[in-house]
Amino acid sequence: MLHFERWKIILVALVCFAGFAYSAPNFFPKDSLADMPAGLPDKQVNLGLDLRGGSYLLLEVDIDAVMKDRLQSLVGDIRKALRDEGIRYTGLGVKGDVATVRVTDAAQLDTAMQQIRDLSTLVNGGGFSTTPTRDIEVSNQGNLISVAVTDAARLSRQRSAMQQSIEIVRRRIDALGTTEPVIQQQGADRILVQVPGLKDPENLKNLVDQTAKLTFRLVNNSANAQQAMQAGSVPAGSEILYMQDNDQQPVLVERQVMVGGDHLTDAQPGFDSRTGEPVVNFQFDSTGSRLFGDVTRNNVNRPFAIVLDGKVISAPVIREPITGGQGQISGNFTVAEANNLAILLRAGALPAPLDILEERTVGPSLGADSVAAGEIASLIGFAAVIVFMALIYGFFGVLANVALIINVALIMGVLSLLQATLTLPGIAGIVLTIGMAVDANVLIYERIREELKAGKSVIAALEAGYSRALSTILDANITTLIAAIVLFQLGSGPVRGFAVTLAIGVVTSVFTAFTVNRVFVATWYQRRRPKTLNL
Amino acid sequence: MRHLKLIPSDTKIPFIKFRHIAVGVSILLIVASAVLTMMRGLNFGIDFEGGILLEVATDGPADIGGLRTRLGSLGLGEVQIQEFGEANDVLIRVQTPDEGGNDASQAVINKIKAALGEGVEYRRVEVVGPQVSGELIQSGVTAVILAIVLMLIYIWFRFEWQFSLGSVLALVHDVALTIGVFSFLQLDFSLQTIAAILTIIGYSMNDTVVVYDRIRENLRKYKRMDLGELVDLSINETLSRTVMTSGTTLLALFSLYIFGGEVLRDFTFAMIFGILVGTYSSIFIASPLLLYIGVKRDWSGTGDAKVQQAKG
Repeated sequence: MLHFERWKIILVALVCFAGFAYSAPNFFPKDSLADMPAGLPDKQVNLGLDLRGGSYLLLEVDIDAVMKDRLQSLVGDIRKALRDEGIRYTGLGVKGDVATVRVTDAAQLDTAMQQIRDLSTLVNGGGFSTTPTRDIEVSNQGNLISVAVTDAARLSRQRSAMQQSIEIVRRRIDALGTTEPVIQQQGADRILVQVPGLKDPENLKNLVDQTAKLTFRLVNNSANAQQAMQAGSVPAGSEILYMQDNDQQPVLVERQVMVGGDHLTDAQPGFDSRTGEPVVNFQFDSTGSRLFGDVTRNNVNRPFAIVLDGKVISAPVIREPITGGQGQISGNFTVAEANNLAILLRAGALPAPLDILEERTVGPSLGADSVAAGEIASLIGFAAVIVFMALIYGFFGVLANVALIINVALIMGVLSLLQATLTLPGIAGIVLTIGMAVDANVLIYERIREELKAGKSVIAALEAGYSRALSTILDANITTLIAAIVLFQLGSGPVRGFAVTLAIGVVTSVFTAFTVNRVFVATWYQRRRPKTLNL
Repeated sequence: MRHLKLIPSDTKIPFIKFRHIAVGVSILLIVASAVLTMMRGLNFGIDFEGGILLEVATDGPADIGGLRTRLGSLGLGEVQIQEFGEANDVLIRVQTPDEGGNDASQAVINKIKAALGEGVEYRRVEVVGPQVSGELIQSGVTAVILAIVLMLIYIWFRFEWQFSLGSVLALVHDVALTIGVFSFLQLDFSLQTIAAILTIIGYSMNDTVVVYDRIRENLRKYKRMDLGELVDLSINETLSRTVMTSGTTLLALFSLYIFGGEVLRDFTFAMIFGILVGTYSSIFIASPLLLYIGVKRDWSGTGDAKVQQAKG
């Protein structure tokens, strides 16, 4: 146990040196690291949101809304298909999660079923199956036809809605210009968003939880919105929407979308040249320009509603045909609102609404306070343990303390190298590790004391101390490691950071307390060859 | 140079003699914890109950009464307001609205912000919806049970089933008492508490394993010694280590408790309590339990013993 080959000592020294080298960048200001020569470690520990401030959002994509949309458009397709074939029907609509329609003439049932079946497209089978399957399933009970969306289609919709949502959320957050945002899928229908160092976390929420579906629709002038609402007689093909800046003021808007936000190629915040109020300037693609030109040409002097997520932003009257494909949205915006709207329009609409399931935002001051408190607590805890060990074990305590310092350097080095996230509970994990890391040395030293008392020679007692304590040390540390791994599976964010430092600390402490410390003691013994041991 | 000694070298404390009392007291405390937890309940944080939490720093010392009236009139249901560490630091907690989903929660936050006006700093905003809190409860309970089961299997694998059972009963004891004290003091029971409990499980097991290791060693060494005597000897032999390690760990944790800031306080408290209980249980519960369960005396011929000898 006390004999080391030269190469083993060199290896141990190298590992310790690497620990110091990789933890070193944490003691320099971040700016100075950029000037470091290439090849030297320059990575700092990645601080968690609870330490540097920032926002954590767990979002859920509303898949049911996607499916509802799909069924609605299916109903539209069925209507068109049956009309084109001259098939008479009643009761076309959505019931639960199927679309149903009753064919009036039983003789036309087969044709109708065939027409509806022809609407289906192929999608990739769900799960492990790669054979394409139909996206809808058509069945009938007498003259009543039900059309259901297949599981495979549902899965494929869900997958594409997720991908699209993540992409759009990413574009929106990137527009904020923050560094290192994390946007990743979690489970089948959730998106995890972590954005560090935000000055205004509230704005982040405004940016991600809006669908941002923009439509241009004509205002129905045939009736007064207020009266239509009171009379309960909204003209067919129109609906009542409210103004975005005044939810008491209804507007009667036609359902037909003249131009959609998907035709936008650009949107930028700006100011109106006459009034100076904040506006958003937009640019359509060629199809959008043509559509927009046609509508404005045919409807001069009619109000044209700009609708965002079911609210009317504004409904300006068309003065003249707009053919260049450029336009301006005004709506009593503040500068910030115009900015946000431009970002939302540029990034595109979400395929489905996003719900915020969980939000955790930490302000920069709390983060800084936590870092300071964590640093003080670590230093004091560290100092207390070191003094205690020295008092109890004297010279050997000092050797254990050197191993402990190397241990902390290794933990910081591994954290920096792996770019693992250090959280406030993670700091607690390091402090706890400092307290528990000396356990291995305590086990060894106590064992050596016992062996000495049993009358063994110094070298025999040292040998026995290290060898007999090993299996105990391993057993004892594996139990902590098991707890840390379970914790890692359980937790997200801060708590996971605790599991990470605890697990790293267990591994490094066995190395420093058992191996590094043993190298020290062995070297010391070979130089001094003491006859007695002051332990 | 003479070193400080916390524990004299040759203790012969008859731990086994106290086993009936210790086990009796522990059973009583476990029952008390269970009853307390059921009657009084736990003060669940928003992790497990859902809700909205704001940590707010005011300019001067916070006027908690004034805040209570101002926020109480908003019709947000029950509003909890408490000082958090400093006089100008306040925690505000309200329930998430039953209906309206996410927008409703955001609306509540906006109402609170409007009521508090300018001049306050929002240090922390947390919203946990009912769906997530349900999942967190589930994964928290699963994690604790999983950790205990894994320990059971590991000790079974490394020792014998008697040891495994003894150590796991001691773990259940530690977890039960920790939950009990959280109920008694009505401390915030959150995801961090679960993390603390898992750490306690790891630590307590660590402590128990050290004593068990010594018992196993002595079982091989002293084949004829009375089991009670042998357990006593083993506990006494390892007592110095047990106290030392608990000592250094507690030193580190106390430093964290005092200087580590308000956010970590309940978390650290749970660990300090758990380490005290865990140390107690490995001495007074886990080892004496072996006497009730009984252990295999002949360790000489087993494969396990050979592995051990080969290693040593």
